[in-house]
Amino acid sequence: MRARVLVKPKAGILDPQGQAVQRALPALGFTGVANVHIGRLIELDVEDPARLPEMCERLLTNPLIEDYEIVEAETAAPSGRMGTSTS
Amino acid sequence: MKFGVVRFPGSCDEVDAQLAAEHAGEAIILWHGDRDLHGVDAVIVPGGFSYGDYLRAGAIARFAPVMEEVAEFARAGGIVLGICNGFQVLCEARLLPGALLPNASLRFVFRQVELEVVRTDTPFTRACTDHKRLSIPVKHQTGRFYAPDDQLRRLESDGQVLLRYAPGHNPNGSLRDIAGVCNEAGNVFGLMPHPEHAVDPVTGSIDGLNFFESIRAHVADRIPV
Repeated sequence: MRARVLVKPKAGILDPQGQAVQRALPALGFTGVANVHIGRLIELDVEDPARLPEMCERLLTNPLIEDYEIVEAETAAPSGRMGTSTS
Repeated sequence: MKFGVVRFPGSCDEVDAQLAAEHAGEAIILWHGDRDLHGVDAVIVPGGFSYGDYLRAGAIARFAPVMEEVAEFARAGGIVLGICNGFQVLCEARLLPGALLPNASLRFVFRQVELEVVRTDTPFTRACTDHKRLSIPVKHQTGRFYAPDDQLRRLESDGQVLLRYAPGHNPNGSLRDIAGVCNEAGNVFGLMPHPEHAVDPVTGSIDGLNFFESIRAHVADRIPV
């Protein structure tokens, strides 16, 4: 299975990166944006998805400061499509 | 007494730490892949960018073979000092409470800061009785100490906060100006400032010597000669 682990700073922890981006957006005319948080995406192929939570707790994230979400991705999706427009 | 300074791939302050420790005793380098502490009396986990700081600062280094030995040594009451990246490694290894987050400014800070020693009755600070205000440099981008509220209160009430940035000197947004904390047992201590860079008058301060001298005195008391 191909999985995506979405990692983000725990709610309530100061996220200066998110704040910097939030402050930058209005300068480009993008108003009405709030609660910007910057995290990390870890994509991995795993034989035993049941072990993913333990991987997250022990290495992929620091549970003290980060929350995570495990998302199942399409299997064997070719890489290199990120950032391309679908229109 | 014999200090052991861990060298990971990406460490960069281990030689300064070794030279600083040699003011107080003998000091050897411990290779990260070596499962042997070679009979040292105290371990220093030094500054740098261990394993490139990939994923999170200190996250990979904690799985180095030598760290299993360091954890074992710490559990047995051995003295372990983590400096900067070493502090991050010890937090990731859960040998110390809390975590270090990117500086609130998002900038790398490199400056001399004033520190206040909170307690002078510990293996790491006992030489500070007459030196409760120290001038020591910091140099890091990920040094903002964080712990959840309840843990923070416990750290304060249990006396685990040993070092604070003096008012106006907090360089990174650390909660409660915390610059250094120890574990519950009091034998593992981590700090973001670099005492090993403040041991020679030519750099403007020798205040860093206090930590190495404290460890020497503590170990001397414990080991009958």
